[in-house]
Amino acid sequence: MNRLVLLTLQVLVAVALIGAWHIATTYQVLGDVKNIRFFFSTPVDVALKIWKFFVTGMIWKHLWITLEETLLAFVIGAGSGVAVGFWFARQPLVAAVFDPYVKMANALPRVVLAPIFMLWFGLGIWSKVALGVTLVFFVVFFNVYQGVKEVSPVILANARMLGMNERQLLRHVYWPSALSWMFSSLHTSVGFALVGAVVGEYLGAASGLGYVIHEAEGTFDVTGVFAGMVVLSAFVLIVDYAVTLFERRLMKWRPGPALNETPPKW
Amino acid sequence: MSNAAAQTGSPPREAIALENLSVYFGTGANAYAAVAKVNLRVASGEFVAIVGPTGCGKSTLLNAVAGLLRPAQGRALTLGRVVNGVTHEAGYLFQQDALMPWKTALANVAVALEVRGVARAEAEDRAQQWLARVGLAGFAARYPHQLSGGQKKRVALAQTLIRDPSILLMDEPFGPLDAQTRGLMGDLLLQLWQADRKAVLFVTHDLDEAIALADRVVVMSAGPAARIVSEHPIDLPRPRNVADIRLDPAFHALQRAIWNDLRTEVMKAFGEQGDGVLQAGASA
Ligand SMILES: Nc1ncnc2c1ncn2[C@@H]1O[C@H](COP(=O)(O)OP(=O)(O)OP(=O)(O)O)[C@@H](O)[C@H]1O
Ligand SMILES: [Mg+2]
Repeated sequence: MNRLVLLTLQVLVAVALIGAWHIATTYQVLGDVKNIRFFFSTPVDVALKIWKFFVTGMIWKHLWITLEETLLAFVIGAGSGVAVGFWFARQPLVAAVFDPYVKMANALPRVVLAPIFMLWFGLGIWSKVALGVTLVFFVVFFNVYQGVKEVSPVILANARMLGMNERQLLRHVYWPSALSWMFSSLHTSVGFALVGAVVGEYLGAASGLGYVIHEAEGTFDVTGVFAGMVVLSAFVLIVDYAVTLFERRLMKWRPGPALNETPPKW
Repeated sequence: MSNAAAQTGSPPREAIALENLSVYFGTGANAYAAVAKVNLRVASGEFVAIVGPTGCGKSTLLNAVAGLLRPAQGRALTLGRVVNGVTHEAGYLFQQDALMPWKTALANVAVALEVRGVARAEAEDRAQQWLARVGLAGFAARYPHQLSGGQKKRVALAQTLIRDPSILLMDEPFGPLDAQTRGLMGDLLLQLWQADRKAVLFVTHDLDEAIALADRVVVMSAGPAARIVSEHPIDLPRPRNVADIRLDPAFHALQRAIWNDLRTEVMKAFGEQGDGVLQAGASA
């Protein structure tokens, strides 16, 4: 499949969907246009709303808050996940003792914690960060635990034969292996950090993308809701792309079709 | 016993000695005796090759010498000391890939020195020299997944030899390579070994390779409870060339004699593990 053809088809899908949306909300085909507009807005209105978000500059503040919460949730969640994952993997007794509690905590749908976190940390960014941390922590924790546990026994034996002591094994073998597992789940964990932030904002906040969407919903402003969703999706895509770039830099030792090589041409 | 003790004290020291060595896997009624009552001595500077049917316990023997496995009975000695924990005098080239995939070829070799306290810059300098010696000067920046099977083995060889171990344990190091590359690797190994004769314990399933490289070929029996069936001194002249030595008439005589022993064991191993057809073929 040619790249250009693929791109054209992808754009066609968007044009068809938006076109159908436009026709249904502008011309009398499916029923009363006014009624349909109330529930679905129109593509032009949504586009104008997004345009207004950016020209008035009101959206930047919210984007920044959401980004800040996401980054904090990721850094704290990943940091503690790495530390605890390492600790559990190297101390089987600790892992065995805490196993049921870890499973229980992870089984809990995190949304129910949101009100508690608001009570504890207030309506500012920290309650959202806390929610994101509870999501990120477990993803990273399980991956790092796995990464340390599943180091290839041959690589480990070889490292021992090279004369490495425990500390050197940690640095040259366990740590890189754990990191590689952590980075393999990077997209998931950054995504979770973002989910935590937006859900937290949605449930109670004074700023952030989740708040923007929630505000619009409160006044039955469907245009505002759709505009907020489009901005949020774009934001997620950009964050995900940034993660991909970061990953490529860090994981260049891993075999992968995207690295160093151009894809084959048909 | 007193004889052995006297020997370990006086030079020339034996590089490796296995005394009544038995290794079991598992415990109790389920225990599997991989090797039983193996006695083997490797003099310092001697190149000994072990051949035997697959699964007989060749890797197990090397692991016991390396200190990665604890024997159930008997003991292994290296340079006269009883093996207890990892043997640091030994370098070990594993059967499987053992390079750290997150390090470049250069870093993989250099780390062998760094862990002994050599400064990074000097370690990398010497690692670069070793890479050149194994013919990989231009591949220092590559990661293992960017290297071919033969190149990975050469990096592993450099990683092992840069520490200058007095004992070299090699477990089918050229196993997965094609015939030409094996020949070249064999020559490279002989050339490096000729420079400062280390004691080598070399496991292979390729009898020709064993004869071409070694001073002595040891044939192991099929498992379980594998033991050493026979030992054959290889008195072919050195320095040798792996490709040319095969044309030597003496080579063929040795090959025939050793294969005679080996074939019996290989057939037995097939009988144990294979199906009825193979068993019938073996007993015929
Ligand atoms: N960890 C283990 N637990 C149980 N059995 C084992 C274990 N490792 C090896 N064995 C058994 O011990 C025997 C000897 O294994 P070993 O790996 O030493 O064979 P080998 O001679 O090196 O074979 P190959 O030529 O195929 O590499 C085999 O029958 C194997 O199944
Ligand atoms: Mg083996």
